[in-house]
Amino acid sequence: MEFGYSEEQKMLDESIRRFVNSEIPLDRIRELVLEGTGFDQTIWNGLSELGVLGVIIPEEFGGAGMGFLDATIIQESLGYVVAPAPFLGTCIMAPTAILAAGSDDQKNKWLPEIAAGNLKVGLGLSEVTGVRENAGVTFEGGKVSGKAMFVIDGECADGYILAAGKSTLVWVAAGAAGLTKTKLNTVDNTRGVVELVLDGVEAELIGSAGSEAAAVQKVIDAGRTALAADLLGTSQRMLERAVEYAKERKQFNRVIASFQGLKHTCATMAADLEPCRAMVWYAAHCQQEIADEATLLACQVKSHLSEVSTPIANDTTLVHGGMGFTDLMGLHFWFKRIGLSRQLLGSPESVREEAAVLQGWIAA
Amino acid sequence: MDLSYGTEYDDYRDEVRAFIKEHGHKSPASSKQGNKPDTEDKAWQKLLIERGYAARIIPKEYGGYGGEADLLKSVIIDEEFDGAGVSKGLGGQGISMLVPTLLELGTDEQKKKWIKPTLMGDIFWAQGYSEPGAGSDLASLQTKAHVEDGKFVINGQKIWTSSAHFADMMFILVRTEPDAPKHKGISYLLLPMDTPGIEIKPLVTMTGEATFNEVFFEDVKVPTDQIVAKRGEGWMVANATLKHERGMLGDPRQSSSLLHQVVALMNEESVNGVRLMDSPLFRDRLLKLQGRVMAMQYNSMRLLTNDLSGNTELMPILVVKLIGTHLNQDICGLAIDALGELGVLYDDSKYLRNSGMWQTRYMFMLGLIIGGGTSHIQKNIISEHGLGMPREPKPQLKA
Ligand SMILES: Cc1cc2nc3c(=O)[nH]c(=O)nc-3n(C[C@H](O)[C@H](O)[C@H](O)COP(=O)(O)OP(=O)(O)OC[C@H]3O[C@@H](n4cnc5c(N)ncnc54)[C@H](O)[C@@H]3O)c2cc1C
Repeated sequence: MEFGYSEEQKMLDESIRRFVNSEIPLDRIRELVLEGTGFDQTIWNGLSELGVLGVIIPEEFGGAGMGFLDATIIQESLGYVVAPAPFLGTCIMAPTAILAAGSDDQKNKWLPEIAAGNLKVGLGLSEVTGVRENAGVTFEGGKVSGKAMFVIDGECADGYILAAGKSTLVWVAAGAAGLTKTKLNTVDNTRGVVELVLDGVEAELIGSAGSEAAAVQKVIDAGRTALAADLLGTSQRMLERAVEYAKERKQFNRVIASFQGLKHTCATMAADLEPCRAMVWYAAHCQQEIADEATLLACQVKSHLSEVSTPIANDTTLVHGGMGFTDLMGLHFWFKRIGLSRQLLGSPESVREEAAVLQGWIAA
Repeated sequence: MDLSYGTEYDDYRDEVRAFIKEHGHKSPASSKQGNKPDTEDKAWQKLLIERGYAARIIPKEYGGYGGEADLLKSVIIDEEFDGAGVSKGLGGQGISMLVPTLLELGTDEQKKKWIKPTLMGDIFWAQGYSEPGAGSDLASLQTKAHVEDGKFVINGQKIWTSSAHFADMMFILVRTEPDAPKHKGISYLLLPMDTPGIEIKPLVTMTGEATFNEVFFEDVKVPTDQIVAKRGEGWMVANATLKHERGMLGDPRQSSSLLHQVVALMNEESVNGVRLMDSPLFRDRLLKLQGRVMAMQYNSMRLLTNDLSGNTELMPILVVKLIGTHLNQDICGLAIDALGELGVLYDDSKYLRNSGMWQTRYMFMLGLIIGGGTSHIQKNIISEHGLGMPREPKPQLKA
C-alpha cells in the first residue's frame, strides 16, 4: 500500500510544473485574458509536446494510456498558473464520455485527434447539474434542439459533447447549421464558457439514446474531480504568494509576516489546504479504480475544495493589502478562476445535495 | 429601553411611505454609487435633505435639515427606503467622513464653506492618507509640507486614493513637524485637486475599473488657513475621521439593503424549476445572514443612543467595520452561490443579473475589508483598545 504518487507520477508532476512555470508567465496570462478565448496555440503545442493531451486516452487510440490521477496532476498545474487551456473539456471530460459511451468507430475517429491536439471539445452538461433559464437540449431523429448553457471550454471548441436530458450524449460539430454560439462573459477570462442555441442541428449519438445515464454521470464526476484539482493548484499558488509577500512587506518597522495575526491567517489557509491534496489524489484514484466511490468522492472533493478555496482567495488578497485589490499583482486572475470553478458543474450546496441522495440519506 | 412607537411614529411612517410612493421613481439606481454625482443624484439628494431623509441632524445653516436626533425616525427611514429599494442619498468620503469631522473639529468658517456644497454633491472629496510605505502603519507617512510665504508646500506621494481622478477636493495628511514624534508631526489639510503640481495616475482594481489612484505632489501650495485643527494635530483629526470611516464601511444600512436585494433575488430565481427561496439550504444561509444583519442594526441603534447621550463605550463601535464588511461580502457571496453558474457572469454578458452587481460588490467588499484599516488591524484595535490586551512585542533581533 502506498498512498501517493508513483515515481513516474513524480516525474510527470515535475515536468509539467517546469513547463507551466517557464512557459506561462503572468504577462502572457494578461494578454490572453484580453482575448478571452480560453485557448492559446503555443501553450497547447507545449502540452502536446509533453505528450499529455492524450493522458487518459489508451495507447491503442493514440493516447498516453496514463491514469486519471495523472490527468489531475496536469490539471492542478494548469490551475497553479491559471492557464488558458481547454484541458478540462478536451482532455478529461470528452475522452471520458467517448470511452464510456462511444462506439469503436467513434473512438477511432475522435480520440487520436484529441490526443494529437487537433480536436478541441466543449462540454455541455449544465442542464444535468442544474437547469436555469429553461435550458435543456432534446434529441429527436438525429437532430438536437434547445439550448445548452455554460458549455465548458466551448469558446475555442471544434465540436461539442452535450447531454440531451440525463441519459443521452450527442456530438455536435462547431459551425453546424442551426447552431448559434454566444460567449458568456464570466469573471474568469482564462476559460471560455459559451451558450449554444440549437435549432434542429445535426447531431451524432454517442452510445444509445436514453441509456447513457451512467456515462453522463461519469463525465460529470470526471469534470468535478478535475475542477477540484484545478482549485487545488490555484489555491496553492495563492497561498504561496501570500507567504512570499508577507515575508517581504514591512509595516511598523518589521516584516508583516512577524505579526501573529497575519501568521495565523496564513497558517489557517495552509492547514485547510494541506489535507485537500490527499483528498484530490483519492478522488482521482476512485474515478479509475473504485467505481463505487467515484461519484461520492467527486461530489465531496469538488464542494470541499470550493469551500476551502474561497477564503484562500479572499485572505491572500487581504494579506497583500491595497496591493492585492489592484490589478498590479494579477492575483485577481486566481481569485476569479476560483470563483468560476466553484460554480461550474454545480455550486457546493447543490453538489452536496447530490451526495446526500447518493448515500440514501434523502430521497432524490 | 423605550421603543414605543407612539402615534407620532405611525404618522411618520405613513409620511415616509407617501413620500416614497410619490417620489420613489426619481431615485437613482444603487449601481450608480461610487461615481461623481450627476444631476439626477443631486436633485434626489436635494429633495431628501428638504424632507429630512438625508443630512437629518446637520444644522440648517450648514445645509442640513436641522432636525432633532430621533432614533426611531432614523430606523423608520431605513426600513421604508430599503424595503422599497430606494436610494437614501449620496455617500462618499466627503459626506460620510469629512462632514462629521468638520462638524466636530472645523472652524465655523470651514463648516460654512465646505459642508453645504459637500452635502449637495457639488464638491466631491478624496481622502489622501495612505502611502506606499504607510498603509496599516499610517502614522509613518512621509509626504511632507513646509511653510513658505504663508502657504504649505507639499511634496510626496499618496496611493490607493479613491476617486482622486474626479474629486474636486482632497483632505490630506502630511508631515509638517519632521522633528516631532511620528504621531505628533502630522497635519490635516484641505486642498483643491486642480492645484498646480498634482499628478494623478489611476490604478486599475481587481474589478477591472480604475476606482483609485496614485497621487503625486510636487511643490503643491495650500494656504495655511486650509488646515483643520492645529499643526501637529492631524493624527487626532484623522482618528476622528477614521472613526466615521469605519462606521461608514460597516454601515448596517448597507447590509440591510443588500439583504433585501438577495431576498428579492431568491424569490424570483429558480434552479431546476425550484424557487431559490424554497431551497432549505439557501434559505437557511439567508436567515443566518439576516440574524447577523439584525444584530448589527440593533448595535447601531445602541450606538446612536450612545451618541445622543454622550456615552463613549468603545466595544460596540470597534466591531462595526470588521463585522460589517465581512457580513456584506458574505451577503454578496450568498447571491452568487444561489445564482450558481449565473452568478459568475460578468461585464455585459447575456443573462447577467442585477447588472452584474453581485460579483462587483463581492470584490468591492473585499476591498473594504482591506481599506480603512484591514481586518487584522481591526482585530488588533478590538483586542488592544477594546479588551485592554497588551500590544504585540517587537520581534527579538537576532544577536
Ligand atoms: C478599495 C480601497 C479603497 C481605498 N481608499 C483609500 C482612500 O481613499 N484613501 C486612502 O488614503 N487610502 C485608501 N485605501 C488604502 C487602505 O487604507 C490601505 O490599503 C490599508 O490601510 C492597508 O494598507 P496597505 O495597503 O499598505 O497594506 P499593509 O499595511 O502593507 O498590509 C498588508 C497586510 O499586513 C497586515 N498587517 C499590517 N500590519 C499588521 C499588524 N500590526 N498585525 C497584523 N497584520 C498586519 C494587513 O492586515 C494586511 O493583511 C484604500 C484601500 C482599498 C483596498
